[in-house]
Amino acid sequence: MSQDPNAKVAVDASEIGANAAETGERDLSHHTDVVDDHEALEEAPDFHVLAEQGHVATALDPDAEPIISVDNLKMYFPVKSSGLIRRTVGHVQAVDGISFQVPRGGSLGLVGESGCGKSTTGRLITRLYTPTGGSMMFEGQDLAKLSNSQMRPLRRDVQMIFQDPYTSLNPRHTVGSIVGAPLAVHNIVPKNKILPRVQELLEVVGLNPEHYNRYPNEFSGGQRQRIGIARALTLNPKLLVADEPVSALDVSIQAQVVNLLQDLQKEFNIAFLFIAHDLAVVRHFCPEVAVMYLGKIVEIGDRETIYGQAHHPYTQALLSAVPDVKQAAIGGRRERIRLEGDVPSPINPPSGCRFRTRCQFAQEICAKVEPPLLQIGERHKVACHFAGELGAHPATPVTTDLLAVDDQGSPVPGATPTNKQLTIPGYEKTWYDLKSKQTTGA
Amino acid sequence: MTITSPSSPSSTTSAGDVEGPFLQVEDLTVTFPTQDGPVQAVKGLSYSVELGKTLGIVGESGSGKSVSSMAVMGLHDARSSEITGSIRVGGTEIVGLAESRMRKLRGNSMAMIFQDALAALHPFYRVGDQLAEGYGIHHPKASKRDARRRAIEMLDRVGIPQPDRRVDDFPHQFSGGMRQRAMIAMGLINDPSLLIADEPTTALDVTVQAQILDLLQDLQREFNSAVIIITHDLGVIAEMADDVLVMYAGRCVEFGTTKEILTKPEMPYSWGLLSSIPEVGASTDARLIPIPGNPPSLLKPPSGCSFHPRCAHRDKVPGDLCVTQLPELTSASNRAGHLKRCHLPNPQEIYQTEVLPEIAPDLAEETR
Amino acid sequence: MFAYVVKRLLSGVVVLFLISMSVFLLFWYGPSEPAQTICDRDTSNRCTPARLEVFRENLGFNNEWYEEYGTFVKGVVAGREIQFGSTTKFQCDAPCLGYSYRTKAPVFEEMKTRMPATFSVAIGGAFLYLAIGIPIGVAAARRRGTLTDKALVSSFLVISSIPYYLFALLTWLFLTITWEIPFFADTGYFPITDNPAKWFSGMLLAWLALGAFGCTQYTRYARGSMVEVLNEDYIRTAKSKGLTSNSVVYKHGLRAALVPVITIFGIEFGTLLAGTIFTETIFDIEGIGLWALEAVVQRDLPVVSATALFGAAVLIIANILVDVVYSILDPRVRLS
Repeated sequence: MSQDPNAKVAVDASEIGANAAETGERDLSHHTDVVDDHEALEEAPDFHVLAEQGHVATALDPDAEPIISVDNLKMYFPVKSSGLIRRTVGHVQAVDGISFQVPRGGSLGLVGESGCGKSTTGRLITRLYTPTGGSMMFEGQDLAKLSNSQMRPLRRDVQMIFQDPYTSLNPRHTVGSIVGAPLAVHNIVPKNKILPRVQELLEVVGLNPEHYNRYPNEFSGGQRQRIGIARALTLNPKLLVADEPVSALDVSIQAQVVNLLQDLQKEFNIAFLFIAHDLAVVRHFCPEVAVMYLGKIVEIGDRETIYGQAHHPYTQALLSAVPDVKQAAIGGRRERIRLEGDVPSPINPPSGCRFRTRCQFAQEICAKVEPPLLQIGERHKVACHFAGELGAHPATPVTTDLLAVDDQGSPVPGATPTNKQLTIPGYEKTWYDLKSKQTTGA
Repeated sequence: MTITSPSSPSSTTSAGDVEGPFLQVEDLTVTFPTQDGPVQAVKGLSYSVELGKTLGIVGESGSGKSVSSMAVMGLHDARSSEITGSIRVGGTEIVGLAESRMRKLRGNSMAMIFQDALAALHPFYRVGDQLAEGYGIHHPKASKRDARRRAIEMLDRVGIPQPDRRVDDFPHQFSGGMRQRAMIAMGLINDPSLLIADEPTTALDVTVQAQILDLLQDLQREFNSAVIIITHDLGVIAEMADDVLVMYAGRCVEFGTTKEILTKPEMPYSWGLLSSIPEVGASTDARLIPIPGNPPSLLKPPSGCSFHPRCAHRDKVPGDLCVTQLPELTSASNRAGHLKRCHLPNPQEIYQTEVLPEIAPDLAEETR
Repeated sequence: MFAYVVKRLLSGVVVLFLISMSVFLLFWYGPSEPAQTICDRDTSNRCTPARLEVFRENLGFNNEWYEEYGTFVKGVVAGREIQFGSTTKFQCDAPCLGYSYRTKAPVFEEMKTRMPATFSVAIGGAFLYLAIGIPIGVAAARRRGTLTDKALVSSFLVISSIPYYLFALLTWLFLTITWEIPFFADTGYFPITDNPAKWFSGMLLAWLALGAFGCTQYTRYARGSMVEVLNEDYIRTAKSKGLTSNSVVYKHGLRAALVPVITIFGIEFGTLLAGTIFTETIFDIEGIGLWALEAVVQRDLPVVSATALFGAAVLIIANILVDVVYSILDPRVRLS
């Protein structure tokens, strides 16, 4: 049923717990914005019902086919000089050769700090930008090479949810026309069927279907994000790019929206590329996670590996920086890895490994040779010469044999690199075992 | 502004009282008249912070956490707000204090750092000049050069590289983390005894957030100041605060030591906050249970307990007490100093047997 | 910034070129016959078809338009000779904007004599409305929501909804005719170098009209901009430092609030400098605006195109100046 646009949807709106009493107030200056003061939750919520509807983290389906396969994707933005004649004097290497797959109906989390290229990646996949290089195979077609007109029918399948529910909805359009616009644009349903479909969608995302003729400013932040989600769902997309979908929302509302997205994913078998800086939200939503730094994926793997046995110093630093509520039970603050300084400029990134300028393990080789994104486990790849678990980083680089270089990164005469294709989007059946330095399999 | 002198007899402590907490807020109420009627953004709030201690205030937008702190700083426009109750900073009552005397305290013995440093720093003036201005206003005898030297010294103290050069930069030439550091330097330039940090790390990346939190802790240790940290992030609270104040709809709904509040909370809203944030180290079996509905409108606050329309446990309270009667802020069952505003008779039991197994199955096992 | 200004000036030249060409074409293909007007006047209304033909020939109306336009452009760059009727020849030096059909005077020279009048009106009026409007606007913003603020805003709204020509006319009528205030009796332009006092009293009424009317608008601009700025986070920061209220408003608020006001002012001041037709007509000031109006009525092509070019040039320069001032006020703006 998931692909039938007119299917009656079985998600109960009240289950998401927000259908009626959305009387939220964002701040005092907007206190007249939100209507519906008279409506209240019809019944007192029951904790056991709520708890049962509470969501556990999504699980991984290791056998799912990829819906999108991104290979060596690049996006360089030109930097122009000032002066009379504006020449291109450099490039912002916002995304520089990343490869990954999103499984059908699954979700991949993309985490990293501001400026790492995660949002650019999302915009490339939805083709808001045209990539500088690489490919994005989606349903047998390369999204990177399609013209805008060829892309148009595919836009139905790849939709986006934006971060800021306050600016991403046109304030002069009613909710009905915002949600229904894609239907009209793509000529999918006859004109008189648009309204019923819109109301159905509003119900799916937990809004009152009778509110289709209201304007966005009459809704609270959480409700607006639901409108944005309904709009993205209108065309039954197969892949949703969610760019920081909850970071602008209140804490108690974030959980509502995350749970809603999980429900929708199960219901409609939608694949998610979930872009966020909040590592905890990503962990809850995504069975697989890719960590980006300065335009590159530095580590990618399943949730348990990334959060439990991260091998890249940056991932480890990132994880140790997250404040932990449990800390209070133990008392005091735990030791964390301090990263010094700021992220370098993507116009002129460091040679070799881009993280080396802030990495405590960096050695000569890191400046000379860029570490390949090497598969070191069944579902785990890492791009580091000194990859290892926290506190157990090797003293000598692990990549020398593969790259045919010595410990300082200089090429070894006569040796040939043994690396085969190192940057395939998915995972191989066999991988390079860090301990034995041999290729092994399951 | 109508200023009512503190009505409660307990607040008649003599000025210059160095003993006891540096900041003492009693029965603070902040009201904004609007066209749709008065909005009570803060209602009957009382708390205190000692020198060298950190109080964390948690709440969502509209909970009154920022409004109450702005009242402590005297930043509300007197024409559009009405403040009652008592706020004593270092023994000085500041509710009703003349603006000229208030100004001498502001930025001097108490300072505030704000959430979005890009918006909170003036885009047209150099960072150094903005810092020096804050120094100069409270040190009228200091020369321009002294003020500048002090600005460089503070930039250095908060870890800005090459402070003697960066002092002449404009805010937009700084990175996000550096701007927040400059903001902190500006707050601390006159060695305030009270520092209020309003969501100091919300817009920052996690590694930068960690740097800033480290910095704030180091500085507090060094200057022995009283710190209030306002945040919606319980993780930040857990790492920074000694005490926690949970606010909902303008009121304090729970108060206690950080350990107490985060491990043995007794108010369903606190439970809801804990259950609705995923944790980076939690088990994958932990459920994410949102608080249903939205924060209430302050124009028409719910009757009785403000949280009752969203509360999943009100069936455990006899009768319709939650709807009709506002619960008092009373001592929690287990320890003195832990206050809660809730009618539930046996919150500890409910939390341990019903809530914890759902949101942290691993912890529930341990405590059993 | 230098490169930016040069670039903008170059594109300004292109704009001027296009404007001069379109004005030229409009007249060329328009229904009027300038030769007829001149011929009638020069021959005391005894213009025969043969005489008309001579005028047409000498004015170049028998050539193709682009040839004549080429002559005009050449004149601007290098000067040229001009002949009216059969007798007189005039030498017109670069920058030659032609000779007026009506007065037979070189247009550029006449423009030079009229500019001081227009500039006097514009600068004085603008000074007045900025000096009154901005402080009132700031004061209203600080008291926003109070009765004073509301009264001020609504009364100023009423004034600025009166058409300006009516406002100026009423000012003149009441001050000079009805109340017969002697100081205002003698309006007009008298060179400041001859008699500063006379210059001042001649201009005063025009300034008052412009200033009183303009200040209502600038009060509203300044108030709106200031209200917005006073809500900014950095104003709260300034307060929290313990600065005095005046320091917060004037040092931190006003500089930011002025940016949008200056944008509007730059463009509007350019328009003022290009000639204020109503002001000059009503207060009888021999400026560019009045001159342009007369030229259009008389179909005096060289004057019309000269005033049009002058207006365009002033606007272009005003725009560039606004950008430069903008970049000085706001360090985030970099001109490139």
